[in-house]
Amino acid sequence: MSTVFIAFQANEETRPIIEAIEVDNAAAEVVHEPAMVKVNAPGHLVINRETIEELIGRPYDLQELQVNLITLSGNLDEDDDALTLTWNE
Amino acid sequence: MTLTTDKTASKKKLGLKERYAAMTRDLGWEPTYRTPEELFPYLTYEGIKIHDWSAWEDPFRLTMDAYWKYQAEKERKFYAIVDAHAQNNGHLNITDARYLSALKLFLQAISPGEYAAHRGFARAGREFAGVGTQVACQMQALDEVRHAQTQIHALSNYNKFYDGFHAFARLRDRMWYNTVPRSFFDDAMTAGPFEFMLAIGFSFEYVLTNLLFVPFMSGAAYNGDMSTVTFGFSAQSDEARHMTLGLEVIKFLLEQDPDNLPIVQGWIDKWFWRGFRVLGLVSAMMDYMLPKRVMSWREAWNIYGQENGGALFRDLARYGIRKPSGWDDAEASIDHMSHQFMLALHHWNFGTAFHTWIPSEEEMTWLSAKYPDTFDRYYRPRWEHMRSIEEQGPQFHNFGLAKLCQVCQLPCVFTEPDDPSTLWQRETAYQGERYHFCSDGCQQIFDNEPEKYIQAWMPMQALFSELEGNVPAWMDWAGLINEQDNLNFHGSADERNFSAWRGLSTTNTTNQENPA
Repeated sequence: MSTVFIAFQANEETRPIIEAIEVDNAAAEVVHEPAMVKVNAPGHLVINRETIEELIGRPYDLQELQVNLITLSGNLDEDDDALTLTWNE
Repeated sequence: MTLTTDKTASKKKLGLKERYAAMTRDLGWEPTYRTPEELFPYLTYEGIKIHDWSAWEDPFRLTMDAYWKYQAEKERKFYAIVDAHAQNNGHLNITDARYLSALKLFLQAISPGEYAAHRGFARAGREFAGVGTQVACQMQALDEVRHAQTQIHALSNYNKFYDGFHAFARLRDRMWYNTVPRSFFDDAMTAGPFEFMLAIGFSFEYVLTNLLFVPFMSGAAYNGDMSTVTFGFSAQSDEARHMTLGLEVIKFLLEQDPDNLPIVQGWIDKWFWRGFRVLGLVSAMMDYMLPKRVMSWREAWNIYGQENGGALFRDLARYGIRKPSGWDDAEASIDHMSHQFMLALHHWNFGTAFHTWIPSEEEMTWLSAKYPDTFDRYYRPRWEHMRSIEEQGPQFHNFGLAKLCQVCQLPCVFTEPDDPSTLWQRETAYQGERYHFCSDGCQQIFDNEPEKYIQAWMPMQALFSELEGNVPAWMDWAGLINEQDNLNFHGSADERNFSAWRGLSTTNTTNQENPA
């Protein structure tokens, strides 16, 4: 199974996003690099709006992710509730 | 009654999918008094067949209103840091003034490429028929011009203090190593709209951009350069969207018609190799120009080339796509290219608008550890030989001009993939002229479209055809100030000034003579 990944700037806005990813993706591996956090996962990764909202205590629009996004890999799909990354093989 | 209706309407907020549909496709219209062929005249000549433009969808479903909002926020974050950097002598926080060479190369070679990409996407947005596609190209055109502007703005702070930053636009057009990315973007912009999207959207953004930005920006963070980290990450936040678009493009083309497959595969083969050659510049920056290294070029390739590219092409295999034809040659080059290119830059450093140097003993130890199969065997002895010459007198210079590859425009300094002791040189005779190439990949690109590449403007040939071989005149013409912008780092004004200014900033000495 190929690895999907997503990387964010390491800052206060992305801390709850990384936490939410860890809650919802048991197989995810979080790698801290200079100024950047990269999350790798086998084949599939999901970021759920509700999980982030529970952590930050306010409504969250998933498109806010774009401000701190660095890179990603995999087929992407985004709607109001979730952002997913998937490799088919 | 009217009021009630308005109230109901304002209560209901559209979901992301409906909003995307409303703000892209619903803005399109069918032409009535002109034919679609008259409106979009460049859509068929490349042989690509599109049956349903509405099948194109941005998976982020970003609409222009949201785009402006988030881009404005990115700009505010960017300028807060760039201002702080300028106000607090941020340039003195970098690890070592040698790091500036990486910034100069970036400004001369990469930032103008952002501007070229801006022009390319503005054109592509006009030439494609689908509204989703047009909106996506419009956003990317705006992103790219923002990148060029923020990079130039951030690096202008260094131009106040150091050499080699002052003439980047002229250097971009005329300097031999900068025509490598220039010819890459010129090649893409003079192709048809679909090939342009494949070249920049897919091959460059998806397959290669991570190799350029991610390790380089982490390197900037490691080397104390807050302003470059900031413009890099600000640009990179757009790149994730560009990469996603690049992957969608290729899936869209392949799903529209089976006849598109061989055309798309041909472009992947061509543009992977074109992009890989541009990355020769990046490999030298990563392995040699960052005083504090974050990862080697080999390690970056393993993560972002081999592993990520491998995943991508396994995923695309369901459409019949295979890895680019130059993939194995690229893999075989990884452990050699940065060393071969940096050695060349060093012995031609009278003609570079940045400084070079021989790596220190500690840096050579690092290179040995990162390149256990190649560095000690092939490259350390050459650096040590050059060092022994330098210790006894002026450094070794190669005053011969480089033979350039007619396609990628790099000097032909690379070796055969299976034999590091033989230069990789190819030639093709065409209409009575001989053309030279650095690799099989570049020769194949030429042989497929010779009429295009015989028109290339070649900087070394231009030195003779336009300036009669007069090197000082060439320096003036290219924007290079001799004995200031070029030559060895040791003994340069950059080295002297940085060390004196940093001394002033960390002590209470007041009577230092003006270091400049």
